[in-house]
Amino acid sequence: MAVVTLTINDELVSAQEGQTLLSVLREHGIQLPTLCHLDGLSERGGCRLCLVEIAGNNKLQPACVTPAVEGLVVRTHSDRLVKYRKMILELLFSERNHVCAVCVMNGNCELQWEAAKVGMDHVRYDYLNPSLPVDASHERFTLDHNRCILCTRCVRVCDEIEGAHVWDLMGRGANSMMIADLNRPWGESQSCTSCGKCVQVCPTGALAQRGSSVAEMEKQHDFLRWILDGREKNVWEYTDAKSN
Amino acid sequence: MSKTITIDPVTRIEGHAKITVMLGDDGKVSDARFHVTEFRGFEKFCEGRSFWEMPGITARVCGICPVSHIMASSKTGDAILGVNIPPTAARLRRIMNWGQIVQSHALSFFHLSGPDLLLGMESDPAARNIMGLIQKFPDVARNGIRLRYIGQEIIRILGGQSVHPAWSVPGGVREPLSDEGRSAIKRMLPEAFDITGVALDMLADMTSLYETEAQVYGDFPSLFIGLVSPQGGLEHYDGVLRVMDSDGNILQQGFPPERYREILGEAVEEWSYLKFPYYKPAVTNGDYSAGMYRVGPLARVNICDFAGTPKADAELRRFRHIVPRGKPVTASFAFHYARLLEILFCLEKIAETVEEPDITSDRVRARADVNSLHGVGVSEAPRGTIYHEYDVNEDGILQKVNMIIATGQNNLAMNRTVKQIAQHYITGQTLSEGLLNRVEHGIRLYDPCLSCSTHAMGQMPLDIQLYGPDGELLDRVKR
Repeated sequence: MAVVTLTINDELVSAQEGQTLLSVLREHGIQLPTLCHLDGLSERGGCRLCLVEIAGNNKLQPACVTPAVEGLVVRTHSDRLVKYRKMILELLFSERNHVCAVCVMNGNCELQWEAAKVGMDHVRYDYLNPSLPVDASHERFTLDHNRCILCTRCVRVCDEIEGAHVWDLMGRGANSMMIADLNRPWGESQSCTSCGKCVQVCPTGALAQRGSSVAEMEKQHDFLRWILDGREKNVWEYTDAKSN
Repeated sequence: MSKTITIDPVTRIEGHAKITVMLGDDGKVSDARFHVTEFRGFEKFCEGRSFWEMPGITARVCGICPVSHIMASSKTGDAILGVNIPPTAARLRRIMNWGQIVQSHALSFFHLSGPDLLLGMESDPAARNIMGLIQKFPDVARNGIRLRYIGQEIIRILGGQSVHPAWSVPGGVREPLSDEGRSAIKRMLPEAFDITGVALDMLADMTSLYETEAQVYGDFPSLFIGLVSPQGGLEHYDGVLRVMDSDGNILQQGFPPERYREILGEAVEEWSYLKFPYYKPAVTNGDYSAGMYRVGPLARVNICDFAGTPKADAELRRFRHIVPRGKPVTASFAFHYARLLEILFCLEKIAETVEEPDITSDRVRARADVNSLHGVGVSEAPRGTIYHEYDVNEDGILQKVNMIIATGQNNLAMNRTVKQIAQHYITGQTLSEGLLNRVEHGIRLYDPCLSCSTHAMGQMPLDIQLYGPDGELLDRVKR
């Protein structure tokens, strides 16, 4: 694969052609906030938190779905970018009922972490306060639409890793809803294998262990790496894979 | 000229209370009302959530007594799961509940009522607060702060944080008590006992100063309701409901708390957001106010046969000497005494329970799923009996929530107290700051939970209005 040279924050950087900008940045220790991205899953470019500035293009581009090409000039941190990232997070918080104080993921939530990192201390937009249900029909897990940010990590992990494709999105825009099996209660899903991968990759309290109480839920993403290393590299030694 | 008392919507969310005083044709006080003008809506917005989250959600009702809601809610969850929680979990919950009563009672006695009692009901309002207390009686103020700290610290050691600990859950508790935690609790107790002893002596010394107040600050017949242990002892976590009238007759010896609806009703008045619970069997000719009852420290100490710990039992004997043998103490001023007595009891129970050999056992949580679609959890909050009742669907999603909070049950009695104080002290057509504070203290005897929303220390934002018989506003004092 050809090697390309790009300029990131005024420094020349080499990358594989076609590699995503996000992976190039991470290789060089530049951290960008992300929510829909998760190592091991396909990219979606949905949350827009990893937006970067590209010289010659007035539109901000999501690093996770922008390929590295020769001569690209990228800026990852600027007042403008911070402003937009904060705005995106505020919009996410205002869209549904993310009441951190009483959420099962309080303290362990990626949405909460990102908000704290960018210094989001209040929401400038009107809360929509939608009336959304909690699907607790599954014997092991619950789906709380109030906490869902529509990142589709659950859709992708179920389709790409587990191969069950239980989850899909229904509707449009902010009114989109996660649905199981063409919109039936999760507990009635015939395709769900109850493996729990969707729960573990969910960044918020939308998917949780049944019976969890406030701030009790913690999630592990490590399993994704272990599965993929086994499948792709035939590495089955968990301790080694974990340390990579 | 007719005037209507309107409740301004802006003040409704501010945690404000309002009092109106009505004058009759003869210029004397004909009625007085205590209005609570805040609306919360917890019962409604909890619908649709899962019952497992309820201890965490309902804890947010209050920042001073979150533990009381956590206890009632966890117990309701236990009923829905249909489990007997591990005995160690029940003991640990009790310790936290006692710790909660210690800290809340210490706050009420030292921080909120202390300035009135020690500096004088009509002393300079600028200094009649915890800061004034620190200046004039630094040892007393320090004691109050320390005692409250010890109660809060017990909650923190068990639950990880002193306010809104997400620790007690349906089925038990999330974390066991560590050996270090047990030692830390034991180390704090001697100081707490010393402070309580000093406070009891201090209150005894003040008795002669407040003889008039004891008679007019809410001394009237009413029922008393609360939990007692199955043997009739002082109880704060579990047990059975006992109802006593003001002559000391037991109307209900040991009523099952989960059937509370059979004996308790809730009335609504358009002039207050606080409901008016009443004892149904006492209603006469459709007048629910005949079912007025008091809950909280005074009620609990009145209805129990004994406390169950040596020091508290000795104090209970002294308490009973206030009135003729066999009668309950009907003066709300005795809430202060009952509160200190309960602190003593809670400390003794904590000391006793942390010595249990299995108190550090790590078997503290029972696991189950929805086994009953209905659950009731009843416990004793510092301010009185608290009831949570949930209906869930088969997935555990809440369909209906009912909560009867301790402060609400004293609503009729608080109104009666306000009226009694107003009738005694208002003689003309003007109000003085001293009266304002006397009325305020009448309310404060019940330690109502309105103060938590204002972060007030010794000062509630009260608004007293004096109306003539034609509805004319004669005077108004606001704080």
